[in-house]
Amino acid sequence: MVKYIGKRLVYMFLTMFLIATATFFLMQTLPGSPIASYNKLNETQRAIVEKKYGIDKPKPVQYAIYMKNLAKGDLGTSFVFKGKSVNDLLATRVKPSFILGAQAMVFGTLIGILLGMLAALKQNTIWDYGSTFFAILGVSIPSFVFASLLQYWVASQWHLLPVGLWNDGWKSSILPSIALAMGPLALSARFIRTEMIEVLSSDYITLAKAKGANGFEIAFKHAFRNALIPLVTVLGPVAAGIVTGSLVVEQIFAIPGIGEQFVSSIMTNDFATIMGTTLFFSALLIFIIFIVDLLYGIIDPRIRLSGGKG
Amino acid sequence: MRKEELQQLPPEKFERITIDSSRAERITKPSLSFWQDAWLRLRKNKAAIVSMVVLILLIIMALIGPHLNGHDGETQILRHANLPPKIPGVENLGIFDGMGQLGGEKVNLYEIKKVDEYYWFGTDGLGRDLFTRVWEGTQISLLIAFVAAAIDVVIGVLYGGISGYFGGRVDDVMQRIVEILIGIPTLIIVILMLLIMEPGLTAIIIAISITGWIGMSRIVRAQTLKYRGQEFVLASRTLGASDKRIIGKHLLPNIMGIIIINTMFTIPTAIFFEAFLSFIGLGLQPPNASLGTLINDGYKVMEHQPYFLLFPAVIISVLMIAFNLIGDGLRDALDPKMKD
Repeated sequence: MVKYIGKRLVYMFLTMFLIATATFFLMQTLPGSPIASYNKLNETQRAIVEKKYGIDKPKPVQYAIYMKNLAKGDLGTSFVFKGKSVNDLLATRVKPSFILGAQAMVFGTLIGILLGMLAALKQNTIWDYGSTFFAILGVSIPSFVFASLLQYWVASQWHLLPVGLWNDGWKSSILPSIALAMGPLALSARFIRTEMIEVLSSDYITLAKAKGANGFEIAFKHAFRNALIPLVTVLGPVAAGIVTGSLVVEQIFAIPGIGEQFVSSIMTNDFATIMGTTLFFSALLIFIIFIVDLLYGIIDPRIRLSGGKG
Repeated sequence: MRKEELQQLPPEKFERITIDSSRAERITKPSLSFWQDAWLRLRKNKAAIVSMVVLILLIIMALIGPHLNGHDGETQILRHANLPPKIPGVENLGIFDGMGQLGGEKVNLYEIKKVDEYYWFGTDGLGRDLFTRVWEGTQISLLIAFVAAAIDVVIGVLYGGISGYFGGRVDDVMQRIVEILIGIPTLIIVILMLLIMEPGLTAIIIAISITGWIGMSRIVRAQTLKYRGQEFVLASRTLGASDKRIIGKHLLPNIMGIIIINTMFTIPTAIFFEAFLSFIGLGLQPPNASLGTLINDGYKVMEHQPYFLLFPAVIISVLMIAFNLIGDGLRDALDPKMKD
């Protein structure tokens, strides 16, 4: 176990290093300059600005400085927001993104589990077809299409909830959370259905039935728990989906979160912020997948972590 | 018949019947190949069949749609800007009749602007026919998806196949590389690639394919490893078959099913990524249109002309649903043992 964690940590470190390096050099080839009205500045002004942001030194030196700061957890200074460090910029934006992501995750998986169970217990009935169809919709409809439609109908036509922004407390978070939750909902519903159907046909369920356990007991006490275990494996893709979705959903609902920051920093060529957010997202996803793999091994002792993947 | 008469019957009247033991095992129906068998199973899956029909219709529309109504997607007639949909025949039913909002009142914009033509899906802010543009966009989106999927398949199968078939040190090195690559979130790398390339069709296809092949390569490697160690391959090798023959005759046919299934899920992912990138402004640049850019344009004017968003949104959703359902159906048909 310790050996496995060690190996994984080494890989995570390598991956992060690779991403940081690749991002740094990709940023150098980026067309355009992050400094607004760069062309209007004269030589001396340019030199001053370049010195201020440390882009006057040769590339390898810049790279070394960047990596050194990164090791200390310093993501650099934003080019667009005057003198603000990327760390501060991200720190103010973590909260909305986190709230949306967490709500979408919890809401999505819970409803998904319920739908999946309903489908499995009432297999080949209208309930099953209904929830399977719903799950297919959730997997298929792109989050930004769903988010735009939600915004149009619920917010701007029916005036039920705020159209956007983050100034109406919890109410502001409902629509974006629902838009983000569709993916996790659909994934977990499909997954739980398959697992439940398999578990329901196993011997110990027959035994439970023979002992006279009622349907409710069988479903929740025996089948559900075992069907739940493999669900942990889809949490990785689910988290990735939420991060992907958050870029557009935050954009649509004008939520001041990290996803919105990422997209707007791309538009303004803000190198330091693009790199900072990229690294933040990568670290987040890599960490989540690591935790998911560990959890899986802990929850289900039959899976031996050191065995590696076939 | 009496005994005497029986004895008088000539021997020619008798025929000897032998019980042919091999006939007991005779197969009464013609044997089916793997693909015929799979087709039988797939045919029973109504959702998959309906999806196939819908998909074929959409592809046909994507090809002929832009030429159907005499407008083209480029011509800008500013006098005809922002018209709501109007479809001949259907207009009498009270829908798609050219009614739209003007100054908060519901009026027939076609009469006000004195437009005689019909714009089936309406027009955009520059007076371009949306019907034509939507189908042209579908064409582009499908093209991107198919090309990206094809590249994924080729690279993925080659990489996974080589890694799995030759094993040993080759496999070790190749898998270490994959292990690092798989840690990089797809979205991040796609966006970074698009940032440094000239925006356009090729850039999107490259960006989508750059990580897309990894999933396929892992699956192909696992399958190759599985079959490579089996007896029929050993037998073939013992009989002196070359690597080429083993791969072509034994391994490929066996893993073909799983490659096809995986491809069917790669296509909708590519469609999604293209639309996603176009939506956040990194995809195709005007005047080119894909479903993603149309949704983006439509989103901006959603308040006043919801149909502008609605048509491309519906088409992309139907496309994605169809591909996913066909993928599900193929998975059940080609590999009944596999669950997910």
